[in-house]
Amino acid sequence: MSGVEATSTEPLQVKEDQEFDVEAEDHLGDDYVVDPTRYMFYRDRKEWADLEPVRQDDGPNPVVKIAYSEKFSDVYDYFRALLKNDEKSERAFALTADAIELNAANYTVWHYRRVLLQALSKDLREEMRYITAIIEEQPKNYQVWHHRRMVVEWLNDPSEELEFIADILSQDAKNYHAWQHRQWVIQEYKLWDDELEFVENLLEEDVRNNSAWNQRHFVISHTTGFSDAAIVEREIQYCLNQIKKAPHNESAWNYLKGMLQDRGMSSQPGLLERVLELKETHCSPYLLAFLFDCYEDALENSVQRENAEEDERKETLKKALEICELLAQEKDTIRKEYWQFLGRSLKNRFVTDFSQSKGFSSRAV
Amino acid sequence: VKLLIFSLRTFTKKSTKIDSLLLDKHGDYIAAYGSKKDDYEYTLSEYLRMSGIYWGLTVMDLMSQLPRMNRQEIIDFIKACQHDCGGISASIGHDPHLLYTLSAVQILCLYDSVDALDVDRVVEYVKGLQQEDGSFAGDKWGEIDTRFSFCAVATLALLGKMDTINVDKAVEFVLSCMNFDGGFGCRPGSESHAGQIYCCTGFLSLTGQLHQLNADLLGWWLCERQLPSGGLNGRPEKLPDVCYSWWVLASLKIIGRIHWIDKAKLRMFILACQDEETGGFADRPGDMVDPFHTLFGVAGLSLLGDEQIKAVNPVLCMPEDVLQRIGLQPDLLS
Repeated sequence: MSGVEATSTEPLQVKEDQEFDVEAEDHLGDDYVVDPTRYMFYRDRKEWADLEPVRQDDGPNPVVKIAYSEKFSDVYDYFRALLKNDEKSERAFALTADAIELNAANYTVWHYRRVLLQALSKDLREEMRYITAIIEEQPKNYQVWHHRRMVVEWLNDPSEELEFIADILSQDAKNYHAWQHRQWVIQEYKLWDDELEFVENLLEEDVRNNSAWNQRHFVISHTTGFSDAAIVEREIQYCLNQIKKAPHNESAWNYLKGMLQDRGMSSQPGLLERVLELKETHCSPYLLAFLFDCYEDALENSVQRENAEEDERKETLKKALEICELLAQEKDTIRKEYWQFLGRSLKNRFVTDFSQSKGFSSRAV
Repeated sequence: VKLLIFSLRTFTKKSTKIDSLLLDKHGDYIAAYGSKKDDYEYTLSEYLRMSGIYWGLTVMDLMSQLPRMNRQEIIDFIKACQHDCGGISASIGHDPHLLYTLSAVQILCLYDSVDALDVDRVVEYVKGLQQEDGSFAGDKWGEIDTRFSFCAVATLALLGKMDTINVDKAVEFVLSCMNFDGGFGCRPGSESHAGQIYCCTGFLSLTGQLHQLNADLLGWWLCERQLPSGGLNGRPEKLPDVCYSWWVLASLKIIGRIHWIDKAKLRMFILACQDEETGGFADRPGDMVDPFHTLFGVAGLSLLGDEQIKAVNPVLCMPEDVLQRIGLQPDLLS
């Protein structure tokens, strides 16, 4: 459980036959070798001569002898010296930028930079430009986003945020950090107005973007809500349209189910028929699972109604169980256990019911 | 010069499909980690060193190879990382954080040396991070995330001090992060994500609130993570990764629905993520290995019932025998 999750939670879209030049990233010294005027080690800078660099300390008896790259150890030796002296100066502030460039995940450097931002009353607009550039380079890192949030809070100015986040999302539309930041900005500063349109544009580009579907739910639940029948109908229509474009879409079906499950699938007139129609041309395991939920909901409701047609109930149960069989044996065999469990639970709940009405023993099948 | 964090580097490797568990190679990999030539990678990960040690030690213990690690040096290192506020940092000279406080306590439990810390101060530190709405910040800078709710209660549960925080409020916050699909994100409204779900189900287990979950709904979302390759992803339409094999699997185990995934296919995927030359596991077959994925690959195999590996606790990702010694048995649904 740590910061490295920032990279692990965002698996790359790796193509099987793509190769990367690993060597390119390791030669930090190349800048220095190629153009000696561009970078000078801190240990060679006259204006830093008063500071005693602090070497890396891995503990009382270091487990390993570590050979760092020269630039890295130079910068961090001086960073540690600054920390030790609790120095709050312009040169310290400048050094944090070097330290961040070498390792943007080091949260202690970011902390220190924030302390300096406040102690030196630095220009926060300039800091916004800085953090913008850093995030563009390294968008999958907790620290950079948290830093940006702090600066936005200090400035109390969210005016750049939506456009900035949209730009980051245009590079990776599922960046988890970017979405969290977006949700925070929208909620904190009440920037709901154009968000549904933004979500729809993203779904136009990639209808399988689960983050966008989540955002859709987020926007609607915080604005109009889902209790208005017109809204629900609109959303159902939207889902079904997207499903027609891409039937194997877990997110669309999750969204539909998530929206309806509290009020009940069978509460929507005509929905079952529309889904059955879709089944002919745009079937998927998700559609079948949704159908099952509809039948299950219908059975639950029929238990309440005293004058429910028993034949109709038996027919619904049969159809539901057939779906479980189809999924377990053919359409979604990897989740066989789950589909069989669903079938068993359904039988246990409703076959007893029918048996009782016929005067048989009430033991579950 | 653009800098990529080491775990983003990938390159192809032609290898035959690996179908057996290479425990000795993994032990060698972890035992040597940090002294191998690629020191730059080790340096870059200094900011999470405490967690790195927890991953390494835990996987070694699960493979019954813990004695190969240097116990005293590590305990001394941890002592040097506890700050005055009670919190523990990832490494010497770094700032304290809940993530590394938990890792440190987990390590000391493995070594039965919790007294190396000032426990009361650790508890004060954790308690001080709880917010008014019940959530937990990761450190004094205030980032809120359900990961930190988990870190807080796990730390306190291991120390036997859960009653020092407002558990009801903490539960209230975590439940407010439950989404329409039954899953959890990092804050209310955040997209459901397997890593966050693991933290929240673990949290609810430790606080005795698993009954608040919709286990069937969440179980379905979790088993939907399994792809045709047998591997598990972290959210819909993403690639599989061995670490999700832990977070998804452990969550399913906690809610009593681990049988809903195809175990044989998952095992095959996890085994294929091994590197037979270097030892260790990568996020997916052919990529570079690291200790993080090595722990979660081995822990996942343990949950799947591999008898060459010690039993792992799905809530705390620690060997069951360690928790038995402490007397901590978090709830699981059946």
